Amino acid sequence: MFAYLVKRVLSGIVVLFLVSLSIFLLFWFGPSEPAQSICDRETSNRCTPERLEVFRETLGFNNPWYQEYGTFIDGVFTGREIKFSKNTKVYDCEAPCLGISYRTKQDVFDEMKTRMPATLSVALGGATLYLLLGIPIGVAAAKRRGTLADKALVSSFLAISSIPYYLFALLAWLFVTINLQVPVISDTGYFPITDNPGKWASGMLLAWIALGIFGCTQYTRYSRGSMVEVLSEDYIRTAKAKGLPNRTVIYKHGLRSALVPVVTIFGIDFGTLLAGTIFTERIFDIEGIGLWGLEAVYQKDLPVVSATALFGAAILITSNLIVDVIYSVLDPRVRLS
Amino acid sequence: MDDPLLVVEDLTVQFPTEDGVVTAVSNLSYQVELGKTLGIVGESGSGKSVSSMAVLGLHDARSARITGSIRVRGTEVVGMSEAKLRKLRGNEIAMIFQDALAALHPFYRVGGQLAEAYRVHHPSASKRDARRKAIEMLDRVGIPKPDRRVDDFPHQFSGGMRQRAMIAMGLINDPSLLIADEPTTALDVTVQAQILDLLQDLQREFNSAVIIITHDLGVIAEMADDVLVMYAGRAVEYGPCKEIMVHPEMPYTWGLLSSVPDVTSDTSARMIPIPGNPPSLLSPPTGCAFHPRCVHRDKVPGDLCSTTLPELIPGGRGPQHLKRCHLSNSDAIYEAEVLPEIAPDLVEEP
Amino acid sequence: MASMSPEQGSGDMAAYQATDTPEPESDVPSFADVAEHGHAASELDPDAEPVLTVENLRMYFPVRSPGLIRRKIGDVQAVDGISFEVPKGGSLGLVGESGCGKSTTGRLITRLYKPTGGSMQFEGVDLAKLSNRELKPLRRNVQMIFQDPYTSLNPRQTVGAIVSAPLQVHNILPRNQIKRRVQELLEVVGLSPEHYNRYPNEFSGGQRQRIGIARALTLNPKLLVADEPVSALDVSIQAQVINLLQDIQQEFGVAFLFIAHDLAVVRHFCPEVAVMYLGKIVEIGDRDSIYSNAHHPYTQALLSAVPDVKQAVTGERRERIRLTGDVPSPIDPPSGCRFRTRCPIAQEICARHEPPLLQIGKRHKVACHFPGRLGEHPREPFTARLLGVDAEGQPDPGSSPATDLVEQPGYADTWFDLDAKTIGRA
Ligand SMILES: Nc1ncnc2c1ncn2[C@@H]1O[C@H](COP(=O)(O)OP(=O)(O)OP(=O)(O)O)[C@@H](O)[C@H]1O
Ligand SMILES: Nc1ncnc2c1ncn2[C@@H]1O[C@H](COP(=O)(O)OP(=O)(O)OP(=O)(O)O)[C@@H](O)[C@H]1O
Ligand code: SF4
Ligand code: SF4
Ligand SMILES: [Mg+2]
Ligand SMILES: [Mg+2]
Repeated sequence: MFAYLVKRVLSGIVVLFLVSLSIFLLFWFGPSEPAQSICDRETSNRCTPERLEVFRETLGFNNPWYQEYGTFIDGVFTGREIKFSKNTKVYDCEAPCLGISYRTKQDVFDEMKTRMPATLSVALGGATLYLLLGIPIGVAAAKRRGTLADKALVSSFLAISSIPYYLFALLAWLFVTINLQVPVISDTGYFPITDNPGKWASGMLLAWIALGIFGCTQYTRYSRGSMVEVLSEDYIRTAKAKGLPNRTVIYKHGLRSALVPVVTIFGIDFGTLLAGTIFTERIFDIEGIGLWGLEAVYQKDLPVVSATALFGAAILITSNLIVDVIYSVLDPRVRLS
Repeated sequence: MDDPLLVVEDLTVQFPTEDGVVTAVSNLSYQVELGKTLGIVGESGSGKSVSSMAVLGLHDARSARITGSIRVRGTEVVGMSEAKLRKLRGNEIAMIFQDALAALHPFYRVGGQLAEAYRVHHPSASKRDARRKAIEMLDRVGIPKPDRRVDDFPHQFSGGMRQRAMIAMGLINDPSLLIADEPTTALDVTVQAQILDLLQDLQREFNSAVIIITHDLGVIAEMADDVLVMYAGRAVEYGPCKEIMVHPEMPYTWGLLSSVPDVTSDTSARMIPIPGNPPSLLSPPTGCAFHPRCVHRDKVPGDLCSTTLPELIPGGRGPQHLKRCHLSNSDAIYEAEVLPEIAPDLVEEP
Repeated sequence: MASMSPEQGSGDMAAYQATDTPEPESDVPSFADVAEHGHAASELDPDAEPVLTVENLRMYFPVRSPGLIRRKIGDVQAVDGISFEVPKGGSLGLVGESGCGKSTTGRLITRLYKPTGGSMQFEGVDLAKLSNRELKPLRRNVQMIFQDPYTSLNPRQTVGAIVSAPLQVHNILPRNQIKRRVQELLEVVGLSPEHYNRYPNEFSGGQRQRIGIARALTLNPKLLVADEPVSALDVSIQAQVINLLQDIQQEFGVAFLFIAHDLAVVRHFCPEVAVMYLGKIVEIGDRDSIYSNAHHPYTQALLSAVPDVKQAVTGERRERIRLTGDVPSPIDPPSGCRFRTRCPIAQEICARHEPPLLQIGKRHKVACHFPGRLGEHPREPFTARLLGVDAEGQPDPGSSPATDLVEQPGYADTWFDLDAKTIGRA
């Protein structure tokens, strides 16, 4: 198991490298002039070709790409100094250096660090909520398959999940904060958990509920479908024929098998969940990485864009690893083969 | 103790579906005594599994309509509460299934699954007792090094070993009735022979009653004391095994006997198939359900076969041997027309 | 190669059409007529030329370690040096326990796999050596019928599309004649031409297997590999399909490699039978040699294990040979004779030397150190002198190994007559 983990972590690092390389190449050879945005910004939109050339030179865009990529990677491990133009300030970017934001002139990694808790709070909180709601509801529906309650549940959840998520979240926000004006939780936003856990939770609550309800409708369907299938398996019939109580049959024999596909979907889905946090952060006014990356895209803030993309990749790789570990815990055949 | 262990009377199992009501079993009656083996044969979909699952009350009350009576040691099973049924299942009546790989849970160790079956009916037994019992049963069914194999997962067992483990699980609580639903269909002949031997030995040892379900008449002939032939959810012939194998009275049984070659039959002859296809259970044929495929129905006067369902009653061969067919002289027809085709060497020279 | 040119092919096709088109005034009997009276299984024709000659065929599947770098850590020796012949228009049965390599053999012959070694001569060409492109024109001559009629037909294609696919791939008939041809084929296999536009899920198992047979027949093959063609079917339907295969064989002169685990069905269909165990042929011969005169302990055990109505009823059943244990893994087969871990009469020599496949009758070969009828196995290894070893299998300086023990696909004119203890001659 340990050797397997090491192997997976190593291959994850390789993948991260490849991702960083492809993002780098995309910007380098992409259609837009990479130095243009910083030139515009620094010269208050009076960027002349000469001035642009100065920026290109100091930012290293005149060097071969592999040399610059080397500098970037070197910076990740040892840190580096960054200058935007000949006579501007030298920014000291400490390792791990992902660059300095064109816009805010902040160290990108530092900013990511301060924003990460907000994003993880949204994503993990939402995911926890929808798994904790979705799976039990799905299992309960599967047990009562074909009854009126089951049918009503399935169709109402189908209706909810056919609404686009951003619309759903926006409506939830409007309804709770504008229509009902529910106190406390209407004040959404991220407040560090270390400062005031209560405030943290109340600020997040609405975002969680929106994500949770929306995800729950999907995970209810997944786990219901998976459970229905498992309940028709031969080994469930065997468990019943042994005289086991219904509880044991459903939870010990059924649920464990039914979770396998759900976990798989969750692993794939976690990426989408992160994409979803962009809307969530936007609507609920949470200063997280999604919002940050979105603004960076608008502002052509290249270091930030590439850092958020790397962050996304890292999260995907980690969640895949976790899913595989859970998988092998659930299914001994995976462990042993 | 005069009552047989299991008495099934007038059992009907129906499944309402979107296309209509599927009558999987109709008015089925049979009984099994301790120490005896009943063989149930019939083609796919004839209701063999459905009827025996009803004995354990395994059908979902919401999707199956069950009428009639199933009595185990005189106690009615139809309509029994789940709690009481659970006490019966795996304890008084055990069932083993065809595909042992699918029937064992892939995520749990074989020993754990056996121990679980033991502990649910022996709540006072400790985990160690249950494990010891599991090892003992694995040993009993001939699994080598049971103390080590007890911790294997099902996929680490071979096909024959899995079926042995299923049997061990079925017998762990010393049931008085064991229902084996096609226990050897997925296995090779040599392994099938091992498993059948094992079943016979264990039955002798535990003196339990056995119902063996199969579509292989050879297996029935070797194992069973009584035979029940099913067609389209009904019993069409029922009686002592020897009697039915030597003097079958119902054309469907003749078809079954003649449509499979054996290792001594004449190879220059063609095989004699049962024409047509198995009937639909949604709208079974009127009258005798076998009539669209029956080559002997012209020997019955009028259109009796296609209009009137024959009763399951004794033919001409004593009260034990029941058949569901309008033919009155089936013995003679069998001797004259069927036997020469399937076993010319058994036909006496005139 | 000349015999496989397209011209020849369409010539065959024309003849084929003439026989199975029911035309009122034609005096050629229609297929339906023939099938009514029906044909018996093919008889053994000892002089028939082989259509397929397989020699020392081997198929090893590599076993790889799990993980990123998938090192090869061994081989599944699925088929390990088998030789046999299929006579023109005849049928050879292949029986044996699950995993012994029957299906692999079938897939090798249809070249779904490329063999690890050995040769497969088909009309003067070695199928084993050809590249996929060279094979394409030959593929139509060897077709396969699959076991599972439920998964081997694409549920989204109509019956017509399924059956005509080989015609279109091989581009044999002009497009406008395809439909007619397919409808004829459907009649041949006992379906109705109206079934052309239907989908497989509208058919029962037996009817689906008929569709699979029609598809295999489309190209008028010379050899059909039938891999368990009836074992997924209901008992009452199996006989229908076997009869159909018999009729097809007789009408069109197709040769069959008939793979099944049901010994009785194989006996019925095949005048010659090969018994496989763990990738090897342990006994091969004509029907009587195998079923009434088996000399290999494994064949004897197989036969005694078949439950049989007649024997059970008359009580004349021989005592069943109880084999213990399971088939060993083909990754690491036992040394010497592969059957020795379960063989009731194994001795020391069996672990040391692999028994050669010796011809012991006109059409009967067996691979055992102690060949003999049940209860009459010799005390001393029959093969010791031939192998140049003593009775325990230790090298014997007094005798030298025979040199001509290499397995031949066919039968020789001379053999070891075990009863007379002489060399038999044809
Ligand atoms: N839950 C169900 N709902 C609807 N129909 C059902 C259900 N269970 C079984 N059936 C139908 O009942 C019929 C009898 O099925 P059963 O499993 O008893 O057949 P069988 O004799 O055991 O056949 P086999 O040899 O294939 O196992 C079948 O036609 C099947 O489709
Ligand atoms: N593609 C493959 N890769 C690896 N091993 C294989 C492959 N195909 C078959 N084998 C192995 O080769 C052996 C022979 O398999 P094969 O399918 O030929 O057996 P069979 O005699 O047809 O058995 P059955 O009666 O179960 O169909 C088995 O051990 C099988 O696991
Ligand atoms: S009742 Fe008629 S149709 Fe039915 S089996 Fe008897 S003879 Fe055949
Ligand atoms: S060679 Fe030996 S082990 Fe093999 S079958 Fe013959 S007697 Fe048995
Ligand atoms: Mg069944
Ligand atoms: Mg196979």
